[in-house]
Amino acid sequence: MSVPSTGSPASSGPLLDVRGVTLQYKTRDHLVTATYRVDFEVHRSDRFVLLGPSGCGKSTLLKAVGGYMAPVEGTITLKGREIARPGPDRMMVFQEFDQLLPWKTVKQNVAFALTSGARMSTRAAAEKAMHYIDKVNLTKFADSYPHMLSGGMKARVAIARGMAMEPDILLMDEPFAALDALTRRKMQDELLQLWDDTHFTVLFVTHSIPEAVKIGSRILLLSPHPGQVKAELNSNGQDTVDPATGLPLTEKIQRMLFADQVEKVHD
Amino acid sequence: MTDVATANLNQTRPEFVRELASDNAFGVVEKPLTAFERVWNQGWVRKATILIALALIWELYARWLDNSLIFPTFLDTVDAFEEGIRTGGILDRAGHSIRVLLQGYAIGLIIAATFTGLAISSRFGQDLLETLTSMFNPLPAIALLPLALIWFGLGTGSLIFVLVHSVLWAVALNTHSGFKSVSNTMRMVGKNYGLSGFGYVTKILIPAAFPSILTGLKIGWAFAWRTLIAAELVFGVSSGSGGLGWYIFEKKNQLEIASVFAGLFCVILIGLLVENLIFRTIEARTVRRWGMQT
Repeated sequence: MSVPSTGSPASSGPLLDVRGVTLQYKTRDHLVTATYRVDFEVHRSDRFVLLGPSGCGKSTLLKAVGGYMAPVEGTITLKGREIARPGPDRMMVFQEFDQLLPWKTVKQNVAFALTSGARMSTRAAAEKAMHYIDKVNLTKFADSYPHMLSGGMKARVAIARGMAMEPDILLMDEPFAALDALTRRKMQDELLQLWDDTHFTVLFVTHSIPEAVKIGSRILLLSPHPGQVKAELNSNGQDTVDPATGLPLTEKIQRMLFADQVEKVHD
Repeated sequence: MTDVATANLNQTRPEFVRELASDNAFGVVEKPLTAFERVWNQGWVRKATILIALALIWELYARWLDNSLIFPTFLDTVDAFEEGIRTGGILDRAGHSIRVLLQGYAIGLIIAATFTGLAISSRFGQDLLETLTSMFNPLPAIALLPLALIWFGLGTGSLIFVLVHSVLWAVALNTHSGFKSVSNTMRMVGKNYGLSGFGYVTKILIPAAFPSILTGLKIGWAFAWRTLIAAELVFGVSSGSGGLGWYIFEKKNQLEIASVFAGLFCVILIGLLVENLIFRTIEARTVRRWGMQT
């Protein structure tokens, strides 16, 4: 399937189709509406970014795509099939450092996903695990336990694990948010390099505008409380100046999100 | 305070760049510790020192007291212990105690596993476990002895009954709280792999909760050991062969106080061995290697 442009016929269809999704969750004493009737389509090889301030339901949305919660309204379909439960066809990369299993080495962590999720034989899994560990430059640390690694290395293992499964779509929930600024920038570059290699499809959640512009090929802007679609923009990763407004992309996004907050203040 | 801050803001200080000292300029960057420091850093050396000091104090005090009926010396106790081993009495008794203990421990663990299994699979099971542990955990096993006597009579049956009681709640409580404290991220990772049911419990929950489970096993073992010895003291004799507790009781009746001490010594020794050899090894190979415990 080719990478469809915006006006392409619907015959090939989107990979992930989110239609009118309203998500609600319960806290101890409230019923919170996280998103309200959100629509978007992710196509093959998209680097699709969900961007918005905290409280816009972007992480909740990602969890719903992951199959951890069901929408109260609307549908989420992957390759035409409705998502019912978590599964290895939608591998997640989390922000937290404890996403790696501490009782397994780097290699075992990646291989375990393959043997239990993709039901691969132990040998094939080990080979494939090493291939992807190599890709994220951690060959030397294949036999280390997660607690011996730095935060950036842990994030790389999580990415290797996600990619090794060769999922239909890779879901990343602010994967670099807990890293320091320098490591974060390096990880962003590495992620783009990996994408250049295999053109995997990724759905990426972030609250950082520069990160969204750098990582994303398409950016969905969400407004907070509850999350609603504000805009969907294209990005080439360069923060180019929009001829219509004369603003660079980051500035344009900033104004869109900021304008919203000014209205809120006046209310 | 504010004055100083503004004054600093208004001054411009000159910038500077420095050459770093060359590598051979500084004296010590890294130097091995002295032999004594390295030896002293070993935990077992420090603990052995404490044990030797305690034995020394014991010996000196007993000599000063000079009353072997109340407080035999350390050397007398060691002699009695040796004697007990040579005539075979004490080792047989210890073996008997440990056999009973292992039976009770194993049954306790199986029941604890069943309860925790129920507790993590349903809310009702969780309520059941929480209610039962809060009822029975504070109840000392020894308090159940009279009941055990009526239900199971003298002998191994009642011993195992009180052992199960002392192991069960400690292990169930710790395992359950371990499961509850498994982070949400790790649960999501497990689900993401498509794991569910038994595979999810054995491959994600149990290893993730292993530090707590191990603590539960240790506490359960200590409870069981002390309960067993106490219970044997009261009614340990069964079909002619009692355990260590009964040995202590017998020797007291015969006024062989050094042998009483030797019996206690043996109880302590087995406790130390299990703690330091078995549990320490398990810890080193699992939770410490995984960085889940320092």
